[in-house]
Amino acid sequence: MARSAGDAHPAAGEPLLRIESVAKAFGTFRAVDGVSLDIKAGEFFALLGPSGCGKTTLLRMLAGFESPDEGRILLGGKDIAPALPHERPINMMFQNYALFPHLSVRDNIAFGLRRANMARADIATRVAEMVALVKLEGLEKRKPDQLSGGQRQRVALARALARRPQLLLLDEPLAALDKKLRESTQGELMELQRRLGMTFIIVTHDQEEAMTMASRIGVMKSGKLAQVGAPRELYEAPRSRWIAEFVGDINLFDAESRLRDGHRLVIGTRDAGTLVVAEPRQPLGEVKFSVAIRPEKVKLSRRGPVGEAGHEAAINRLDGVIADICYLGGTTTYRVKLDTGGMLQASVINSARLDVDAYSVDQHVVAWFTPDDCVVLPS
Amino acid sequence: MRKVSRLSRFNVASLALGLAFLYLPILILVIYSFNASRLVTVWGGWSLRWYYEFFDDRAMIEASWMSLRVAVASATIATLIGTLAAVALSRGERFRGRTLFSGMLYAPLVMPEVITGLSLLLLFVALNAERGFWTVTIAHTTLTMCFVAVVVQSRLGSLDRSLEEAAMDLGCAPARAFLSVTLPLIAPAIVAGWMLAFTLSLDDLVIASFTTGPGSATLPIRIYSEVRLGVKPEINAICTLVIALIAVVIVLASLASKLSSSRGESAAPL
Amino acid sequence: MSGRRIFARPARFAAIAPYVWMVLFFLVPFGFVLKISLSQTAIAQPPYEPVFDLTAGWTAIQAAFAALSLDNFKLLVSDDLYVFAYLRSLTVAVTATALLLLIGYPIAYGMARLPKRWQAVAMVLVIVPFWTSFLIRIYAWINILQHDGLLNRILLALHLVSRPVVWLSTDTAMYIGIVYSYLPFMILPLYATLAKMEPALEEAAADLGAPPWQVFWLVTFPLSLPGVGAGVLLCFIPIVGEFVIPDLLAGSNSLMIGQTLWLEFFTNKDWPVASAAAIVLLVVLLAPLLLYERLQRRQLEEQ
Repeated sequence: MARSAGDAHPAAGEPLLRIESVAKAFGTFRAVDGVSLDIKAGEFFALLGPSGCGKTTLLRMLAGFESPDEGRILLGGKDIAPALPHERPINMMFQNYALFPHLSVRDNIAFGLRRANMARADIATRVAEMVALVKLEGLEKRKPDQLSGGQRQRVALARALARRPQLLLLDEPLAALDKKLRESTQGELMELQRRLGMTFIIVTHDQEEAMTMASRIGVMKSGKLAQVGAPRELYEAPRSRWIAEFVGDINLFDAESRLRDGHRLVIGTRDAGTLVVAEPRQPLGEVKFSVAIRPEKVKLSRRGPVGEAGHEAAINRLDGVIADICYLGGTTTYRVKLDTGGMLQASVINSARLDVDAYSVDQHVVAWFTPDDCVVLPS
Repeated sequence: MRKVSRLSRFNVASLALGLAFLYLPILILVIYSFNASRLVTVWGGWSLRWYYEFFDDRAMIEASWMSLRVAVASATIATLIGTLAAVALSRGERFRGRTLFSGMLYAPLVMPEVITGLSLLLLFVALNAERGFWTVTIAHTTLTMCFVAVVVQSRLGSLDRSLEEAAMDLGCAPARAFLSVTLPLIAPAIVAGWMLAFTLSLDDLVIASFTTGPGSATLPIRIYSEVRLGVKPEINAICTLVIALIAVVIVLASLASKLSSSRGESAAPL
Repeated sequence: MSGRRIFARPARFAAIAPYVWMVLFFLVPFGFVLKISLSQTAIAQPPYEPVFDLTAGWTAIQAAFAALSLDNFKLLVSDDLYVFAYLRSLTVAVTATALLLLIGYPIAYGMARLPKRWQAVAMVLVIVPFWTSFLIRIYAWINILQHDGLLNRILLALHLVSRPVVWLSTDTAMYIGIVYSYLPFMILPLYATLAKMEPALEEAAADLGAPPWQVFWLVTFPLSLPGVGAGVLLCFIPIVGEFVIPDLLAGSNSLMIGQTLWLEFFTNKDWPVASAAAIVLLVVLLAPLLLYERLQRRQLEEQ
């Protein structure tokens, strides 16, 4: 009975989960506003967005705690709208773990199995298997309040995995852990997902976490999916200025004029003078746009690029002085005050231990980058 | 964590004086209940004399029995209905008449007892109900279920709602999720609610005076009529017994709630 | 966050039994109080008329309606006895509530500043006397305050007084009794808000140069106002209608309205006047009752 809507296997080529123009409003506030998304079996998908963007509401609709006002949710080709949470072959790992405080680790993990009327012996085997999987041996009899944060997180994971759901939802699963533990747990989650071949959907507001773990990311903004793609695609080819700024750091210069030159565009900006960029794949309309360049694509030198004087047209070269320096260990971020008036961030890898290459404040530098490293974004 | 240093000398003094004020009168009462002297205030050595006197006082014993039965019956009904009310208030969304509902539950907590007592009596007279055990029980249930509702509701409110969702996510239908996760977690509050209802009922004079009939006086009614005539050492003994009874109920209930919260699901009947 | 519809339906079923119970035994009785407050006393069983008899036919019911009158309310307004009783009730309630706040606040404040572990103990210590019978606690004070009671004997032994002081049947005794009985009702809401308060707020005020008394007046006290409100209402409303404490501890020359009502009902057997007195009391308390209800509901919604 627990799986009446379950065990639906998608036909070849069909996505495991299909979300079709789903919308959900609370009063007049449209939390989720027409989201469509396909997720294939075996994917590690991340829903990324700032708080209040609707990602948790979308997740809760998948779990069955909210019902969509519009649209359909299909699991293995079947509409799961009529199924209550306990009838869905989907399990969720809650943000604060929601471990039952009155039950031991073992009883917490066995909870869902008991509800599925599994035989006693099978439950014991499955629980032991799960305990081993998340490395909690010896803690089976403990109560949740006798566990550390990391251990609680593992119990929650084991409990959600125990029923072998077709889809595992993780709501900010690592938000309560400290940074070091979070990083090692990220690795373990990825390893686990690969080994079990399961489909994971994770909700997070941490773009680094999403980039590290997910094979595909959907960025949400104000209830809508702003862009869906692989981490690299989001970072290197953001579709809008908002996404470019939300995912990582970026330098942006508003365009004032443009001129076509073969496969290049020559763009006049107020803050950075004239920049040469590769022509974007989609033709630009008459909209206003900006030129974007990631800080690590900007190179710095004292005298400008060596031996490339002949290709001057193909290189963007900007003069300025170092305004401030932010040393981060592996890299150093310099903010360069350009002679043309704007500010430019450049991120430089500290490849040598001794700081022979380092610049100091007020030092004159030349910042340069190639046209292909620039992205043109509609504002 | 708070540091001890936050506690000033003024804080310590006000706490100590406050607790002394709360406890000394009761302590004095208990001590004097073992006084051998007939004069209430002259110490005549330790004795159980007034306890014997109480056990020989048929009217008092009958009134005690009546009070105990009313307290157990009304506390039990009040716990059942009050818990339902708490669930409705904290888990139900807006329903028709919700404001009226919560108003009716909060008002009796502070409503002067003379009003509640009088209004219930007039209802019973209009219904031509025979006044006695059942009318007092109904009246006490009406008052105490509101206290139960408040106690249980505050526990329900502080309970993480995602626990119920997790239970449903793991295959429980809503009612089952409530029984196997919510109920064990609010059990201490339900027990506390029962205790509160029990002691309130045992304690009540005004409402019982209005709603009881001739020949079925409760213990507070009897004590009151004795006290009006002056202090009698026997009353000290009765009061000490009532305090002892309430102390036993509190200890038992806190043991019960400790047991229920340490019991695993595998041992639970559900 | 809203939208937890799944739980809403079973929860709504849970409302049925308590709803029916409270309508039947709390709301409907007020209708009877109102109706009888408009009737006249009679030497009969029940001791008032008209008596509505639905089997007597339409004209009889019409006649019964015509017999209802506002005479009892006119009596309450014109007779000094009742007017003074209401005024005294309000005076006593205001004075006692102020005393309770003055005494309860330092205790609650002290509790909130205890280390966490001791806070729980202090909380139990404050609640336990509340579990022991109300009547017993008043009686305990009669023991202490009577003519040859403990208090007089101590005062005499210390030569603070030369003759026993009359404590019983005075307003002092009544105020002691009220403060003693209602103290937990004042302390608990105060403690709840004070304990929730972020300790860093007081530290920040001190850090910004406020001496301790200013920290208290400018930060702690204003932030504890919701608790003050709850405590004040929780004490004020029932004290206005208090019967047992003034009856046992105060003198009998000026009565509170609860005593008057009791007297009319039990001694004079004048049910209609007692009902009218109850209705007026209810009207007087309506504003604080509504305020209290709103406070309670807001607290619930915060959770």
